[in-house]
Amino acid sequence: MSRVLVGVKRVIDYAVKIRVKPDHSGVVTDGVKHSMNPFCEIAVEEAVKLKEKKFIKEVVAVSCGPTQVTETIRTALAMGCDRGIHVEVSGKDYEAMGPLQISKIFAALAKKEEASLVILGKQAIDDDCNQTGQMTAALLDWPQGTFASEVTIDGEKVKVVREIDGGLETIKISMPAVLTADLRLNTPRYATLPNIMKAKKKKIATMKPADLGVDMVSRVEVLRVDEPPTRLAGVKVETVDDLVAKLKANGTI
Amino acid sequence: MFPASRYSIQAQRCIRALKTVKAEHAPPQLYTWRWKCSSAVTPRITSHYTICPRDKDPRWEGVEMERFADEADVVIVGGGPAGLSAAIRLKQLANEQEKELRVCLVEKASQIGAHTLSGACLEPSALNELFPDWKERGAPLNTPVTEDVFSLLTKKYRIPVPMLPGLPMNNHGNYIVRLGHFVRWLGEQAEELGVEIYPGYAAAEVLFHEDGSVKGIATNDVGIAKDGSPKDVFERGMELHAKVTLFGEGCHGHLAKQLYRQFNLRENCEPQTYAIGLKEVWLIDEKKWRPGRVEHSVGWPLNRNTYGGSFLYHLNEGEPLVALGVVVGLDYTNPYLSPFREFQRWKHHPFIAKTLEGGNRIAYGARALNEGGYQCLPKVTFPGGMLIGCSPGFMNVPKIKGTHTAMKSGMLAAEAIFPKVTAKDLASETAGLHVPEYEDNLKKSWIWKELYSVRNIRPSFHNYFGLYGGMVYTGVFYWILRGKEPWTLKHAGLDSAQLKPAKECTAIEYPKPDGKLSFDLLSSVALSGTNHEGDQPPHLTLKDDSIPVTNNLAIYDGPEQRFCPAGVYEYVPLETGEGMRLQINAQNCVHCKTCDIKDPSQNINWVVPEGSGGPAYNGM
Repeated sequence: MSRVLVGVKRVIDYAVKIRVKPDHSGVVTDGVKHSMNPFCEIAVEEAVKLKEKKFIKEVVAVSCGPTQVTETIRTALAMGCDRGIHVEVSGKDYEAMGPLQISKIFAALAKKEEASLVILGKQAIDDDCNQTGQMTAALLDWPQGTFASEVTIDGEKVKVVREIDGGLETIKISMPAVLTADLRLNTPRYATLPNIMKAKKKKIATMKPADLGVDMVSRVEVLRVDEPPTRLAGVKVETVDDLVAKLKANGTI
Repeated sequence: MFPASRYSIQAQRCIRALKTVKAEHAPPQLYTWRWKCSSAVTPRITSHYTICPRDKDPRWEGVEMERFADEADVVIVGGGPAGLSAAIRLKQLANEQEKELRVCLVEKASQIGAHTLSGACLEPSALNELFPDWKERGAPLNTPVTEDVFSLLTKKYRIPVPMLPGLPMNNHGNYIVRLGHFVRWLGEQAEELGVEIYPGYAAAEVLFHEDGSVKGIATNDVGIAKDGSPKDVFERGMELHAKVTLFGEGCHGHLAKQLYRQFNLRENCEPQTYAIGLKEVWLIDEKKWRPGRVEHSVGWPLNRNTYGGSFLYHLNEGEPLVALGVVVGLDYTNPYLSPFREFQRWKHHPFIAKTLEGGNRIAYGARALNEGGYQCLPKVTFPGGMLIGCSPGFMNVPKIKGTHTAMKSGMLAAEAIFPKVTAKDLASETAGLHVPEYEDNLKKSWIWKELYSVRNIRPSFHNYFGLYGGMVYTGVFYWILRGKEPWTLKHAGLDSAQLKPAKECTAIEYPKPDGKLSFDLLSSVALSGTNHEGDQPPHLTLKDDSIPVTNNLAIYDGPEQRFCPAGVYEYVPLETGEGMRLQINAQNCVHCKTCDIKDPSQNINWVVPEGSGGPAYNGM
């Protein structure tokens, strides 16, 4: 009864220019183009591929947030997931939501749905935390295969090739496990129109964090958000002596 | 010398691109032969299947080309004001008369409103008819016009022009809107009424029945690599069949271009003439903010023979935002003109700069718009379909408003279709429904009267005095006679035919952008949020890959480098030897359609890229 949970996050599209709110409390999101986090797309694709190879029976797409995240869940359903779960979080809770709360939600859902695998993207492109997968594994006390660039199921174990600083590391972990997808794991398929139409008929269950026994209180308070400082123009020098003189002048050497 | 040229001939034959003989030393026939060689070295640019068919391509052998098909009652192409108003009106009628009607709308943008760009001052006439209770429904019309200012600019000064009531650009009773947000709201209303909206899917092909009538559309294929070969993720688009298909692609739609040829819809009207509108949104200093203020100008920096003008609107939506921009008529003659750089230098005029000083630019975009009006209206109905909105072009040019007429045309289309499409027996000669009643209704409506009364204003600019002649004509004939004069002036013809060769024109010295008021092209394009999947065939297709260098560059000095507001076209030196080649940066495209309109060789054919690609405008 193999079931996989896939987490998908709705983030500001990567090509959009980010604008900081005038009160510096965050970034402007209203009306801005959002899409599924690219690493989550890779995670969904991997789960759907595993299902197509008949290693698992069902793929469940999960997202936490306000009503708009159901669009992201629909895209996951159009890519091949069987059903969705929308954990409703909105307002102040949503703004303060971070990897700790998400991993608690995923841990609770993984137990509830009796999942054998939880596949997530390695990180979200808005906060770049790279924490949710690891925290979820810790809360569940499950093995983790992070930065996966290749996943192979071998009976009750999973062989994961991980992208690490030194190169590639191959590990074998037993299921149930948490995997996080890295860039080269696969090329996600397109969510085509006929599949979007079919996805409208697939079920998305709605629940609140409280239903899973998770409290959304944040231990982190965002003090201020600023744009990165504008890059100053460089200075061209004609000779090596000039370069050395300039570096000495500004105290670098 | 002679033995050298003999060896040179051998060398030329083997190594085409290497220049071993200088032109002045070679006998004439060698020079001509070498010229033919260099044009034969044109690198391949276009790989799109509309130019390079797939049925004979060996890379496509054995690829499944069957498409999934679905049936709806009405399919609408384009989620702009016209398309959405038509969808809403259809569902309103269906709900009133308790009839079932499946209406599907496809839109190439990733979300409704993301490809919408306009000034904009909305005249609420059509909205009042569509939703009399629009205020209660929360339509984002938050800024009624309070001040209306018109200026004639010179390089340093400003001559105020009185905004008398009765002049077309008088804005009393109108609202400054962020059209993208308004269109988004229309989309929400449409979804509530039960319209199926599919953003992120572009209509790429028109489908025809055996009898030649329109059967519906097919959405774009996905997963084709840049060189035109299929990728692993290749999937065919989907076919949407309908009894009637409405085409609301906006100004210069690519499917409409096909339909004009197919059904000969333009045989009795003048060719459409266009302008390009470039727009930015700025967050300004609160002290300079006057919500509800509308400013328009003509004159500097454009010369009197280049049609165009500017707008600057103060929005009232919480933050001190202004929407501003410049419109340049695409019938300009100087190939050195760059509408983008005219826009950037206009902002330095003291009258404009004083509003923008201390402010921040937060958005940029551009789009072509119609200028033809009454004289350029084609036939709008054909078996199986009809054209609505800015696609045929109902914009009232002197008023600079086209949204209200686009919405009304969509509503009239819906009202004409509804009885026919829900009738018990579809009495139709053709498999696709022909609804000529739409055209009759248009002619009886206020759209026609409005466009007729302003028909002579734009063409009145085609005189020696240019702008000044046009202003005099407007003052005399429109303000006094309200367009009742018995003659109809003609436009100048195709915009693409208006460019003079580069050697007859002087290059324009544009000031460098200062990074505070004016900016460079690439940082502006980044602000539009535009992006496309990189590994796909460029959607700016060329009928002939060699023409840009031999014609556009040679005669007109490559005007596409200047009129494209997104830096898509660049002439770069060839890697091998001398000569230039055209580089198409398709990912920058903001879908404005100016290149398709203004290319003097009419060699560029804009087709739709993979859906969801394009700008990510937010309330433009």
